[in-house]
Amino acid sequence: MRKNLNVIAAYSIMMGLIILVGIFQSWNIALSIFNLCLISAVMTMGANIQWGYAGLINFGIMGYTALGGLAAVLISVNPVQEAWSAGGLNILFSLFLIIGMVLAIRYVLNKYEKSKTRTYIIASIIILGIIIIRFVSEPGIEAIEEVDPAKTGFLGGFGLPIIFSWIVGALFAGGLAFVIGKVALGLRADYLAIATLLISEIVIAIIKHEDWLTRGVKNVIGLKRPAPYEVNLQQTEWFINLVEKFNSSKLSLISDLTERQATLNQFVIEGSSIFVKLCYSGLFLVVVVILLILTQKALYSPWGRMMRAIRDNEEAANAMGKNVVKQHLLIFVLGSAIVGIAGAMLVTQDGLFTPGSYRPMRYTFLIWVMVIVGGSGNNFGAILGGFVVWFLWIEAAPIGLYLVNLTTAGLDDTHFLKVHLIESVPYFRFLMMGMGLLLIMRYRPRGILPEKIEIK
Amino acid sequence: MDFLNAIILLLNYIFVPALAYGSQLALGAIFVTLIYGILRFANFATGDMMSFGTMFTILFTWYFQSVGIGLGLLPTALLAIPFAIIFMIGYMLLIDKFVFKYYRVNKSPPVQLAMVSIGVMFVTQAVVRIIIGPSDRRFFDGEKFLIKAGEFKDITGLNEGLAIKSTQVITILVTVVLVSTLFWFLNKTKTGKSMRAYSDNEDLALLSGIDPKKIVMITWIIAGILATIGGALYGLDKSFKPFTYFNNMLPIFAAAIVGGIGNPFGAFLGGYVIAFSEILLTYAYKKFFMYVLPESMAPDGLIQLLSTDYKFAVSFSILVIVLLYRPSGIFKGKVL
Repeated sequence: MRKNLNVIAAYSIMMGLIILVGIFQSWNIALSIFNLCLISAVMTMGANIQWGYAGLINFGIMGYTALGGLAAVLISVNPVQEAWSAGGLNILFSLFLIIGMVLAIRYVLNKYEKSKTRTYIIASIIILGIIIIRFVSEPGIEAIEEVDPAKTGFLGGFGLPIIFSWIVGALFAGGLAFVIGKVALGLRADYLAIATLLISEIVIAIIKHEDWLTRGVKNVIGLKRPAPYEVNLQQTEWFINLVEKFNSSKLSLISDLTERQATLNQFVIEGSSIFVKLCYSGLFLVVVVILLILTQKALYSPWGRMMRAIRDNEEAANAMGKNVVKQHLLIFVLGSAIVGIAGAMLVTQDGLFTPGSYRPMRYTFLIWVMVIVGGSGNNFGAILGGFVVWFLWIEAAPIGLYLVNLTTAGLDDTHFLKVHLIESVPYFRFLMMGMGLLLIMRYRPRGILPEKIEIK
Repeated sequence: MDFLNAIILLLNYIFVPALAYGSQLALGAIFVTLIYGILRFANFATGDMMSFGTMFTILFTWYFQSVGIGLGLLPTALLAIPFAIIFMIGYMLLIDKFVFKYYRVNKSPPVQLAMVSIGVMFVTQAVVRIIIGPSDRRFFDGEKFLIKAGEFKDITGLNEGLAIKSTQVITILVTVVLVSTLFWFLNKTKTGKSMRAYSDNEDLALLSGIDPKKIVMITWIIAGILATIGGALYGLDKSFKPFTYFNNMLPIFAAAIVGGIGNPFGAFLGGYVIAFSEILLTYAYKKFFMYVLPESMAPDGLIQLLSTDYKFAVSFSILVIVLLYRPSGIFKGKVL
C-alpha cells in the first residue's frame, strides 16, 4: 500500500480536479473531459507498450487512430445497395487483383535468389498491377461516387452494432502496423520516427481522398450508438422518475405546479445528456480496466522482462537467443492495435467520422506528450499522463483567459494588447503543453510516475 | 510549332514552379541536415522555426510599409529579412542555451533530443499564433510578374503563355547565392572545415583543438539564416500560415533524408528531387499530349498519374522507398 501511495495520491488529485470542474463549470463538461481522458488513456497505453516496454518510437499514432475510426464507419453504417450494384463488382475485382499482386510478389521473393532481375520483376509486377487496377476500379469508383453524393456516394458498411468496430479497429491498425513494421522496423530510432510520421500522413491522405470508401472530407455523420439517444430518454417513464427522485429536494421547494413541471423538464434534458455520457464512461472504463490488467500482467511476465532486456540492450538480448526482430514486430503490432481501439472508441463517442480532423499535432504529438509526462514504461503513469494532459488541453483556455485578465488588469478593456491576448487564448494550450513537456524532460525525465521494476 | 507549345506548357506548369518550390524545400532541408549533422538530432521544430522567422519578416515588412520605406518593384520583405534574421538568431541561441545545451552536455541519446524538439515545436507554434494569429497572410508587394502569360503570347505568337512570377525568380536567385556562399564557407574557410570535421568525428575534432561551443553557435546562426530566408521565400511565393509551415516540415524531412541526412549538398538536391517528383506525378498531361501527338491519337482522360490530393503522399512514398533501399540516402549521408 505504502509503495503505491504516490499513484493513489496522483489519481485522487486528478479525480478531484475533474469533480471540481463538475461543480464549478458543469457536470456535462466534466464528463466529456473524463470520457476523452479515458480514450486518451487507451492511446497512451498503446504508445507506452511500444515506447516504454520496447523503446520503439512510433510517430504514426494518428494513422492508427484514423484507421480505428474508419473501422467504426465500415462496421456500423448500413450498406448502400445502389452503390454496391453500381460499382461493387469492380471494387471486389480490384481487391482480388491486389491480393493476386501480393501473392505474385511473394512467389517471386521465395522462388528466386536476390538479384537485380528479381528487383526488376517485382517492380514491373507492381507497376503493371497498379495500371490494371486503375483501369478496373476507376469506372466503379466513379459510379459509386455518383450515387446520391449529398447523402451517400460511398459503399457504406456492414450495418453491425458499432461496438464490434472496437475489435475490428484493432485488427485494421494491427494489420497496418504489421506491414509498416515489416518494412520500417530495421531503421534507426530517429529514422523510424520520421518514417512512421510520414506513413501516417499517407494513410490520412488516402482516407481523405478515397471517397468511395470513406466519403472523404464529406464526413460520415449520424453513426449508430451503443448508448441510448437523449431524445428517447427524455420520453421514457423510468428515466423521468429517476431524475425526479434525484432532484426531489429541489423540486419540493417549488410550490407552483406548472413551474415545477418546467423545472423537471429542464432537469430531464440536462440529466439525459449526462446519462448518455455516463453510459459511454462505463463502456470506456471497462476497456481501460481490461487493457490495464492485460498490460500489467504482460509487464511482469517473462515476456515483459524479455522486452525490457531488448529495450535496454538489444545486442545482449540477441546474444541470449531472443529474436529481437520478431519481438519488435509483435510489440509494434500490439501497441498499434490498442491505438486502433482508441480510434474506434473516439468515433463511437462522437457519432461522426471527420477525416479532415486528423492532424499530427492532436493525434500524434499530444499523445507522446502524455506518455512522456505521465511516465513511460509505467502503465499507471501513462494513463495518468493521458488524464493530466487532456485535462490541461481542455482547461488551458479558461486558465489562459484568467491569466490574461490577471496580468492585464491595469489596462483598459479596449486596449489593443488586451484584446489581442484575449483573442489568442486558445493557443495558450500549445504553450502549456510545450512548457510542460520541456520542464518534465528536464527535471523529471522519467515522468510523474516513473517506471518501477520490482524484482521478486 | 506544336512542339514549342508543348515545351512552353511544361516550362510554365512544371519546371518553373517546381524549381521555385524545390529551392524553398532545399533551404529547409539544408537546415535540417546541418542540425542533424552537427547537433545530432532530428529537429521536429523545423517547420515552426521557419514560421517564426517568417513572422519577424512580416512584422518588419509591416513596419517598413507603415513608415513608407520600400524597394519599388521588389517586395519590401527583402529589406525586412536581414532584421528578421537578427531576431531569429537571437531566438535560436536562446533556445539552445535554455533547452538543448543541457542534453548536449549530458550526452543524451538523439531520441531524447528529438523529444525535446517536440516541446520546442509546441512552444514556438504557440508563440507564433499568439503574436501573429493562425490566419492566412500575404505580405507580398511590388511587381508581381516578370513575364506575363499574355505578353509572352503576344511576343512569341505561341498558343501557350509563359508566366514567371517575380517571387519565383527571387527565390531561385537568393537560393543560388545563399547555397553557394554556404558551400564556399563549409569547404574553404577554417571555421567551415572545423564544422565538417566536428560532424564527421566529434572526438577527433575535439582532440585537434576545435572549440565545440563555437561550432554549435555558428551552426545555430547558419540555421537561423536558412530558416528565416527559406520561410520568407515560401511565404512570399505562396502565403504565410503557421499550419502550412508545420506541414511543410514533412516534405523537408523527406528532402533531407532522400539526399542523405547530414549531407548539405544531398539535401540541396533532395529538395529538387521531392519538388519535381511531386509536380511531375500529379500534373495532368492531357494538353501536353494534345500538342505532341497527332490529332487522331489525342487522349480522352486527363493522363494524370496521381490526383493532386496525393501531392504530399508522393514525397513520402519516395522517402519510404529510399529509406528501404538506400537508408543512407541517394548521396550517402554524414559527409558534411
